[in-house]
Amino acid sequence: MTPSLRVKLLGGGLLAVGAVITLFPYYWLAVMATNTTSDIFTTPPKLTFGSHLFDNLAEVFASIDFFGSLLNTVIVAVATTVLVLFFDSLAAFTFAKYRFPGRNVLFGILLATFVVPTQLAAIPQFSIMATLGWVGDLKALIIPAAANAFGIFWMRQYCASALPDELLEAARMDGCGFFRTYWNVALPVLRPALAFLGIFTFISAWNDYLWPLIIMVDSRNLTLQVALSQLNGVYGTDYSLVMAGTLLAILPLLVVFLIGSRHFIKNIAAGAVKG
Amino acid sequence: MTDLLPRKAPSAPAVAQVPQRRRFRHLPQYLAISPFYILFLVFGAYPVFYSLYLALHRWDGIGPMQWIGLDNFALLVTDAEFWNAIGNTFIIWVMSTVPMTVLALLIALGLNSSIRFKGLYRIAYFMPNVTSVVAMAIVFSSVFSTEFGILNSFLSAIGLDPVGWLTDPWGIKVAISVMIIWRWVGYNAIIFLAGLQAIPADIYEAARIDGAGPVQTFFRVTLPLLRPVMLFSVVMSAINGMQVFTEAQVLVGDRGGVQDAGTTMVLYFYNMAFLENDFGYGAAIAWGIFVVVVIFAIINWRLIQRPERAEVSR
Repeated sequence: MTPSLRVKLLGGGLLAVGAVITLFPYYWLAVMATNTTSDIFTTPPKLTFGSHLFDNLAEVFASIDFFGSLLNTVIVAVATTVLVLFFDSLAAFTFAKYRFPGRNVLFGILLATFVVPTQLAAIPQFSIMATLGWVGDLKALIIPAAANAFGIFWMRQYCASALPDELLEAARMDGCGFFRTYWNVALPVLRPALAFLGIFTFISAWNDYLWPLIIMVDSRNLTLQVALSQLNGVYGTDYSLVMAGTLLAILPLLVVFLIGSRHFIKNIAAGAVKG
Repeated sequence: MTDLLPRKAPSAPAVAQVPQRRRFRHLPQYLAISPFYILFLVFGAYPVFYSLYLALHRWDGIGPMQWIGLDNFALLVTDAEFWNAIGNTFIIWVMSTVPMTVLALLIALGLNSSIRFKGLYRIAYFMPNVTSVVAMAIVFSSVFSTEFGILNSFLSAIGLDPVGWLTDPWGIKVAISVMIIWRWVGYNAIIFLAGLQAIPADIYEAARIDGAGPVQTFFRVTLPLLRPVMLFSVVMSAINGMQVFTEAQVLVGDRGGVQDAGTTMVLYFYNMAFLENDFGYGAAIAWGIFVVVVIFAIINWRLIQRPERAEVSR
C-alpha cells in the first residue's frame, strides 16, 4: 500500500465515521418514533425500527392539533418567503441599477441595521403587537419579517453582476417603465438568486422559535416549533409519542432541503468565500 | 436622460440640471425600497429606542409604568444570575467553537481530497444546520438522558460510569455545546472547503518544489491562506454563540437546569421579560446583553487586527 493510498483510506474512513455520527440522531429519532416507550426504556435499548409508528402518530394527533400547527407554519413560511423575495429583490434591483439622491446613505442605514440585536426590540415589539391586537395572530410572525437587510444586501451584489446595463437599456428603449423592467426583464435573470434566498428564508421561517414562542404561546394558533416544545413539556416521558410528532415535524423541511441542497450548499459556500 | 447607472462616469453630472417638473421622477425607486425602511422603523428602530425608555421604568406589561430611573441598571450590574448567564454563554461558546473549528477543518480537508460520495457527504454534514433546533433538542434530551439515554447505555456497555448529562452543571454545558457543534460543524466544513478550493494549485506546487512536506505545507501554506475564511467562521460563531437560546431552553427547561448551569444570556432575558413579566428589567437585560456583545466584538476585532499589523511590519 502506498502512503498516499493509506492517507486516502484513513481520510475516507474518518469522513464516513463522522457522517454516521452526524446522521445518528436522525436514525435514533426514527427508531424511537417507531417503537413503544417501554421498548425504548429497556436496557440495553432496542436499536432497530419497530412497527408502532402509526399508533404513535395517532396518539400525537389526539394530543395536539398537529395539522393546525402544520398549516400555520406552512402559511407563515410561504407568506414570509413570497414577501421577502418580492420586497428584497425589488429593493436590491433598485439599489444596484438606479441612481437617486440619498442612495448611498440609505444603503448605509440598511447595513447598520445588521448590528441591532433582536432581543433589544423584542419587548416593545410585543407591546406593539398587543396594541395592534396581533398577539396570537399569524400576522405578528409574517409582517415584521416581510423584508430584511440580509436579503437586500445579498441580492444587490447578485444584481450588479448578473444584470447587464445593456439589457435594461434595451428594455427602456422598448418602452418598459421601472416596474415592467423589474418584473419582465430583471426577475427572470435573477431566478437562481431567488431560489437560494427563497430556500434560506423558508427554512428560517419554518424553524423560527423564540419570537413565535413569545407571541403565540397562549394562543390557539401555534406554529409547529412551539407545538413541539409544548408536546415535549407536557408528555416529556412518553418518548414514543413525542418522537413520532418530532419526526413528522422535521420531514417536510428535510424534503425541501434535499430538493434544493446542491444549489443551496453551493451558495452558502460562495457567500462566505466572497464575503 | 436615463435612470440607469452609466457604465462609464459621464463627463458632466446629469443630476445638476434636473428640471423642476421632474422632481418626482425618482418616486418609483423610493417606493421600491420603502418596504424595508417602513418595517424597520416600526419593528426595529422605534422598539429599540422604546426599550431604552422601558428600562428606566418598572412595568408588568399591563398596569401603569412607574419611573424608577437607573434602578434596573443598578440591579443588573450586581445581579449574580445575570453574571452567571454571561459566564455560561461564554463557556458554552468556547466549548463549542474550539472543537467545532478543528472538526470542521478535518472534514473540509477530507472532502477536498479525491474520495467518493463527496456530494452525499456534503449533504449529510450540512443537514443538521437546516433541521429544527427544537426538534433535535428533543432528540438530544433523550440521547443525554441519565437513566434511559443511549449515550449512557453506550458508556455502560464499554465499562464506563454513566454521566448525569442533564443533571450535572458541567454535564449540562457539555450537552448544550455538543448540540451546537453538531448543528454547525457541517456548515463550517462547507465554508472551509470553499476556502480550500480557492487556494491555487500552483502554490502547493511551489511548496513541493521548495521541499515542504505535507505537515509543513499544511501549517505554512494552507492555514495562512484559509485565514479570511476562518475569521468569517469565528465571527459567525461569535454572533450565534451570544444568542444561544433554543438548545438550552428545550434541553434543560426555562430555568436553565441545575444551578442555572444552562441559563444563557438570552434565556435569562426571556425568563425575566416574558415569564416574570418584568418588562422594565427585561429591557435593561437586553441592553446589558447588547453591551456585552459590543465589548466582545471590539475584543474580537482587536485580536483579528493584530496579526495583520505584524505581517505588514515584517
